[in-house]
This record gives sequence, structure tokens and C-alpha cells, in this order.
Amino acid sequence: MTVKIITANRLSDGAVVFQTESGVWSEWIGDAAALTDEAAVDAGLEKARQAVAERRVVEAYEIEVAEIDGLFRPLRFRERIRALGPTNRKDHGNQADRPQAASAIA
Amino acid sequence: MYRYDEFDHGFVADRVKQFRGQVSRRLSGALAEEEFRPLRLMNGVYLQLHAYMLRVAVPYGTLSPRQMRRLADISRRYDRGYGHFTTRQNIQYNWPKLEDVPDILTELADVEMHAIQTSGNCIRNVTADHFAGAAADEIEDPRPWGEIIRQWSSLHPEFSFLPRKFKIAVTGAASDRAAVKTHDIGLRIVRNEHGEHGFEVMIGGGQGRTPMLARTVREFLPQRYLLSYLEAILRVYNLYGRRDNKYKARIKILVHEVGIDEIRERVESEWASMKYEGIDVPGEEIDRIHAYFAPPDFEALPASSAILDAKLQSDEDFARWHRNNVSRHKVDGYAIVTIPLKGGSRTPGDATAEEMEAVANLGERYSFGEIRVSHEQNLILPHVLKDDLPQIWSSLVEAGLASPNAGLVTDIISCPGLDYCTLANARSIPVAQRIAERFADARRQDEIGRLQIKISGCINACGHHHVGHIGILGVDRKGEEYYQVTLGGNADFDADVGKIVGPAFSSDEIVDAVEKIVERYVDLRADRNETFLETYRRIGNDPFKEVLYAAR
Repeated sequence: MTVKIITANRLSDGAVVFQTESGVWSEWIGDAAALTDEAAVDAGLEKARQAVAERRVVEAYEIEVAEIDGLFRPLRFRERIRALGPTNRKDHGNQADRPQAASAIA
Repeated sequence: MYRYDEFDHGFVADRVKQFRGQVSRRLSGALAEEEFRPLRLMNGVYLQLHAYMLRVAVPYGTLSPRQMRRLADISRRYDRGYGHFTTRQNIQYNWPKLEDVPDILTELADVEMHAIQTSGNCIRNVTADHFAGAAADEIEDPRPWGEIIRQWSSLHPEFSFLPRKFKIAVTGAASDRAAVKTHDIGLRIVRNEHGEHGFEVMIGGGQGRTPMLARTVREFLPQRYLLSYLEAILRVYNLYGRRDNKYKARIKILVHEVGIDEIRERVESEWASMKYEGIDVPGEEIDRIHAYFAPPDFEALPASSAILDAKLQSDEDFARWHRNNVSRHKVDGYAIVTIPLKGGSRTPGDATAEEMEAVANLGERYSFGEIRVSHEQNLILPHVLKDDLPQIWSSLVEAGLASPNAGLVTDIISCPGLDYCTLANARSIPVAQRIAERFADARRQDEIGRLQIKISGCINACGHHHVGHIGILGVDRKGEEYYQVTLGGNADFDADVGKIVGPAFSSDEIVDAVEKIVERYVDLRADRNETFLETYRRIGNDPFKEVLYAAR
């Protein structure tokens, strides 16, 4: 099975966030907890449902990623755009804040 | 333009207060997302790929400088310094925080704006000819009727839970700049043999996955019956429109499945039974609303301007801009200026706060305080003196808004696409930018002439690709972006849905493909004056297929 991570949007401002090991949601995909089997994915989604109920995030779901240089590269282009920022505005999002890491997973 | 009265102010203020409470209850947990979602949609708040998106209504595309300045200010203080003008004459902010939206709505209410019903299964913003009240080919300004429809449709208790969204467009000119035939209801002001004005009422237009052109349900409706007739149509739709399948729920499907004649019978029968229920606007009220749209105090001037003529002779760049971006006004000595938000590396339809303010200043100084947003994602100064054109142009040049490409190949309509939108399958903005860059040369664009390229990032067709002369639809093929091309679409009264030209092109291939199409047109046109659309209608898809797929 490929590695999966959990992503969502933060309720307060809609920012793209990723579920970390500790349950905190980070704006950087590199901080996401890697889920390497079905049980881990289920547990992750359960934790995410909690976070939705606690009004921290909305619309949490799992995405498939490849591990590259210790970073996560989403397999779907749409998710890469979510992780890095819109391609027409390179001054927005993680692609602006972390250009090196971003280009590794673009 | 329309000014809110006490009732309007109260109405919008109440709505903001209500939404503020709803947001607060959402953040506190009293409302779950499933409960909150329909409520936030009714206030124009979407959740997109990166952030929330707020869609603000610009009724019939008309703005005052004060409103434009407020939009600029909001973009600076609550967003990232820019806004996006849409194919429904609205403005979208891409990065608002949910917790800030009530404050944003308060600031909008202060300048008589709102985001009510810019989403959801209700009647949306009524759009209109962006040259309304100014165009030389106009019979009657459609905007007072747009305002009447707006008031009637706002929180209409019977029509707040329609099977699906509902879009109305109005026009009052000989040519249709509002794309009425692609709307659920399209209204065209016409004159009968007695010289009376009425509406040709068309229904069942729409793009999306099943593009259809609106059919005429009534050739001539006396104007005083507008609301009761619309009410009859909406009642028929509300009752018979499908609710079993989201993709078959628009009125166009109902018209298609039942047939226009049967629909007409149902509408006319419904109308006959309720037309005297008092829904129609009384004459004094019609007059009162019309008074808000009284034409500005135009001076009595000669048709030509010596100042303008001199500048046209002496400045080639100005002359090019004038040729493409300035349109005929109904009043001698005046003109209409189009400010394209297109070309080069621009994101189509985007304007920075500074650019919005520059246009606000120009509107205030030169256009009787009036600005328009077109469904083509451009801005317009509708009433300028010909004498002022050189000065206006200089100011636009200084503001970086003088691209002389209105209606040309780089004046591309593009939805936000996969860069922003959760519905998208492919990106559209970069394709628009790359095409604009390929055709950047101004002389080349002039050589090519009028050519509308329209790009959508998914089959929902927010980029209007079905009615582009060249339409481009982004699709996802096994995780890669591919682009399907249609030709011969058109949004005017002689509307057409474009025809697919052949297999889709990869992201690498699409710009070359567009260039081949354009070059083929230039080669085969009868003369310099035959437009792309005219040539296409004469020769069809085959000559273009040949050059596009020759190597395959």
C-alpha cells in the first residue's frame, strides 16, 4: 500500500492543513503523519472526525502520497496544488514560504 | 444607479446580523457543517481548494466608484490585495477567513453591496448588457428591469429551495452582450409593430455538461407583466423540475424533456391563473425604479471630437487602443471604454486593489461615476467624453490597464480552474496565460481580428467554453491535464454551441493547437474582414481538423 496522509481545511480560515502524529494540524505537508496500513488510516480518519466535531477542521479525507527525500509528494496533481499553492501565484502558499522543499515535491 | 432605501438597508443589515450569528454558532459548535453549509452558500461563501471564497454580487454589473474603492479596500484588509471578476459580473475574493466574513459583509452593506444568493439553489445575480444605457444599438436600458427582478427574487419565500441554481440575464440592444441564450431565463427587450416595448422571454438555456440554448416561450410580453410571468415560469420549474438527480435539475432539462410547447402551455396556464394576484409592479413603482437609472446629464455635442481626431492621427499606440477598446455611444460626442483585465501574464479577470482604485478614479472623473463589470471579466467606463479619451488612455497606461486587446485573441475568458476550484479537473489560468503570451504581439492580434477564446477547467463550464469561438475544456486523463477543443461557439443572439474538433490535446500541445487553428483561419478567410466565426460558419470543422491532426 502506498503511504497515506490525512488532509482537511481549517474551519476558521479555510487553510489547507495536514494531520500530524500528535493530532495537531499543520499547514506544511512535511509534518503530516504517515499512515502505512489500513488500520493506521482508519485510526487517522477517526482522529480527524474528532477534529471536525471539535470545530478545528472541515472536510477531512485521506490522500495518497509518495515519499521523496523525507517529504510527501501527493500523487494527485490537485492535492499538490492544495499543498503548495495556486500555480498562477507563486507568491502564495507553501511554494512561497518553503521554495526549496516545494520544488522537491511539485 | 439604484440607491438603497430604508427598507433595503434594513434588509441587508438584518441579513448580515443573521449570518454573523450563524458563523458564531458554527465556530462554537452549535451548528454542524451540514447545517451551516446551505446557510453559508446563501451568503456566497464557498470552501475552495486553498481557502474560503466569497462571491459578492454586482447587480447587473454596475458599480459606483465608492463601491469599487470599498472592494479594493476589502481586498487589502481581508484578502491578498486582489479580487477576481467573474463570468456573472460578480467579484470573488479567494482568501477570506470565515471569521472575518461577517465584518466583510458589514463593510459591503455600508456601500450598498452584499453577497446574498450568489450561491445556492435560488435565483442568482441578474446579469445585463455591460454597455446598458450607453450602447448605440440599444432599444432600452434593461437595468431597471434587472433591479425589479433583483428585488423580487431576493429571499423570495417560494423560490429559496429550487431544484437547482437559477440564472437570469437581461438585454435591451440589437446585439446580445449578456449571452441571454445561455441562461435559465433570458430576457430581450423588443419593440412591437405599435412601437411598444416588451420582452421576448426565453427559457432553458445553460452550459455545463449538457449545453443548451434558450428557447422562446413568449415572443412579446408587455413589460408591466414581467414579474407575474417570471413567477409563473418559476412556479412551473419549482413544481416540475427534477429533484432526483443534481445533474438533471436545471430548467433546461425540463424544457428538453417535456418540450418547449408543453412548457409554454404550462407557463401560460399558470400565468393566466395568477396574473392578477398583484405580483406585478405598479406603474408608479416602475417609474420610481426607472428614475434611478435616468441617463447622466449629457452635454449636447458634435459627433466628432477634434482633440480625439488629432490624437488618432499622431499616436499609433493610442489609435490601436481606440480601435479595439472604444465602442460607439448612443449620444454624440461620447464613447464607451473597455478595460480588459486580460493579456500577458495576467490572471484573466483579476484586478489588484491599486487597479480597482485606478478604475474607480477614472469612473468618478470621466464616466459620471459609473463603472461596469462585463461577463467577459473586463471593466467598462460607459459614458466618457470623446475629448477625454487621450487623457483616459494615458491614465490607463500608467495604471497598466491599457492593453489594446478587447475582443481579440488574448481577451480570453477563463474560469479559476484547478488552481482554485474544488470542482475543476484541470487548470485553465495557465493555458490562458500561455496563449496570451504566444499571441502577445499587438499587430498580430489586430491582424487576426475578433476572436473569443473561452476556457473552462471542468464541464461545469464557468468559463463559457461552449460559446467560445474557440472553446477549451480542461479534462483529467489518468492524472494528466488534457484539453478538448470546440470551434464555432457563439454567445450573441445567433448563438451556437461549439463543436468538438477532435481528440483532446495535452498540456504541452494545446497552445500550438490553438495557434494552428488561428493560422488556418487567417489562411482561409475570404478577406481581412471575415471574422473567425464567419469563416468557421462557412467552412466548418474539417479544414481545422486537417491541420490539427495531420501528423497523427
